[in-house]
Amino acid sequence: MKKNSLVTYVKEKRTIFIVIGIALICGILVLAFAYTAGLIGGRIITETFLQDTPTTYPAGYRRAHGKGICFEGTFRASGEAVPYSVARVFAQQNVPVIGRFSLGSPDPYAPDNSTRTVSMAAMLTADDGEQWRMKLNNEPFFATRTPEGFLEQVEAYKPVTNTGVPDSAKVAAFLQKYPEAQKYMQWDATAPWTRSFAGAQYNVINAFILIDAKGKKQAVRWSMRPRSAFTSWSVSQRKQASHDFLFEDLKKRLQKEPLYWDLVLTLAEPGDPVNDPSQVWPENRRQIVAGTLEVSQVFDQTKGGCRDVNFDPTLVPKGITLSDDPVLAARAGIYSHSHSDRVREIGYGKATDAVGKPQKRTQRNK
Amino acid sequence: MAENKNINSTPPMHFNVTARILHWLMATMILIMIFVGLGMVTSLRWRPWLIDLHIPLGVAILLLVIIRLINRLSFSVPKMPAGMSNFQAKAAAGLHWLMYGLMLALPLTGWAQLSAGGFLVKLTPGVNLPPILPENPFLFALMHDAHKILAWVFFLMILGHLSAALLHAWVYRDGLFSSMTWTRKTTDLSENNSPEEQGSGVFNFDNEELR
Repeated sequence: MKKNSLVTYVKEKRTIFIVIGIALICGILVLAFAYTAGLIGGRIITETFLQDTPTTYPAGYRRAHGKGICFEGTFRASGEAVPYSVARVFAQQNVPVIGRFSLGSPDPYAPDNSTRTVSMAAMLTADDGEQWRMKLNNEPFFATRTPEGFLEQVEAYKPVTNTGVPDSAKVAAFLQKYPEAQKYMQWDATAPWTRSFAGAQYNVINAFILIDAKGKKQAVRWSMRPRSAFTSWSVSQRKQASHDFLFEDLKKRLQKEPLYWDLVLTLAEPGDPVNDPSQVWPENRRQIVAGTLEVSQVFDQTKGGCRDVNFDPTLVPKGITLSDDPVLAARAGIYSHSHSDRVREIGYGKATDAVGKPQKRTQRNK
Repeated sequence: MAENKNINSTPPMHFNVTARILHWLMATMILIMIFVGLGMVTSLRWRPWLIDLHIPLGVAILLLVIIRLINRLSFSVPKMPAGMSNFQAKAAAGLHWLMYGLMLALPLTGWAQLSAGGFLVKLTPGVNLPPILPENPFLFALMHDAHKILAWVFFLMILGHLSAALLHAWVYRDGLFSSMTWTRKTTDLSENNSPEEQGSGVFNFDNEELR
């Protein structure tokens, strides 16, 4: 056989064009890869939502709602949701729950009177192995109809360095682009602040779809409605409140007795906005109590338990699926980045007080 | 297709039909998989939908690569082209085994990552694979990083593999590329001086196989 190599053919120009062609094919693939990975093109990706996390952020903490406490409890289904969904949790008597109460501030060392936002996260594990993860806020709705709107909101309300207050022109431009946010701002300015985790109602905000045994779909939102009375505090009470007031209150209450929330499903009717978390559904929509959550004890998040759990609200059991709400879909990727970032820090031993190890003062965010 | 029969004394001109089908099927699946994976970690809109595709597709690739490895080890394969140096042939063989390794490692690290993170490995709603690792932050971190790094390495290897294959198909035309297609072995063009055949016939013929 004769020598069969590139040298034999290099005199022919064709070869050069072939090599260029191959380089082009690879180049296109590399560009497609880089674009999909978000390295080029400047599109908004889920990691963009974590861009404000400072490099000094203490290792191992959640990037949002960093200050929290784990809880254990039980969910007892009433059976009333069974006709709407085949999810096992709606039929099972005692579903173990691991969850977390948290403060809406990203700062894990924030004082409890620094934000009006409190949250409950929960993961229900049914006896068929299916998991239902949820992340609920005391806010009744989301500010904007899209996740991009949320980014613009954060940007518009950033305090200007020399005045310490947001730039009013930026705020006005934001509200013009996202008029629905006006409603949220009004709520934020007027609604009373909760004085206890126990008396707060926690809302899912996004819509989901229940699927029954025949495959019939029913759009739904849900809330954890407290059995304890809602209490608020005056502005002066709030300003004088101790640094960990809400968490101390929760611990004290649970030393006496368990706390209860009813899981209330609100069923949408045709025409209700299912894909827009900034719009509430009319008051008269049918509600059913799917069951009751008993929170029996809380424990420090440094000890594990809820610490490494990603309460990604898109991880729902068979019998529940996601709506086409764009804010819901975006949460999946954002939560995943936050989760893998902090669990890497914990896994590789970089976390200190997040896992209960003594820390150097300089590593603190504040 | 008579040359597909496994005769130990003379190596076949083609990889056997199973190998060829699996090669092109898995090439498509793996390329889709890489972009699904990338889109999954960046997309605001499509992550839930993409991850529901990523997991069953990954499991399918894992099953297929096991079949492929058994097939690869059970039957003889074509020899490297005669013009290739011993070093090149060994390097090519090594890189191919590395690619098989990655085809196994990527689904396994993905599965392990989900297991160590306490996530369900959802094939379809209500059908989950069992965990293959205990829940543990260190194992999660390790598997998460391994999955990502191996995926990037695999993509680079695929680019190299594709470039080399196309170079053999269009420039060397030494039968290496057609050993993985359904065409006959390309005639040794150094003996053939018909320019028409070089210019159009063979070129287009191989080109068709690439689609």
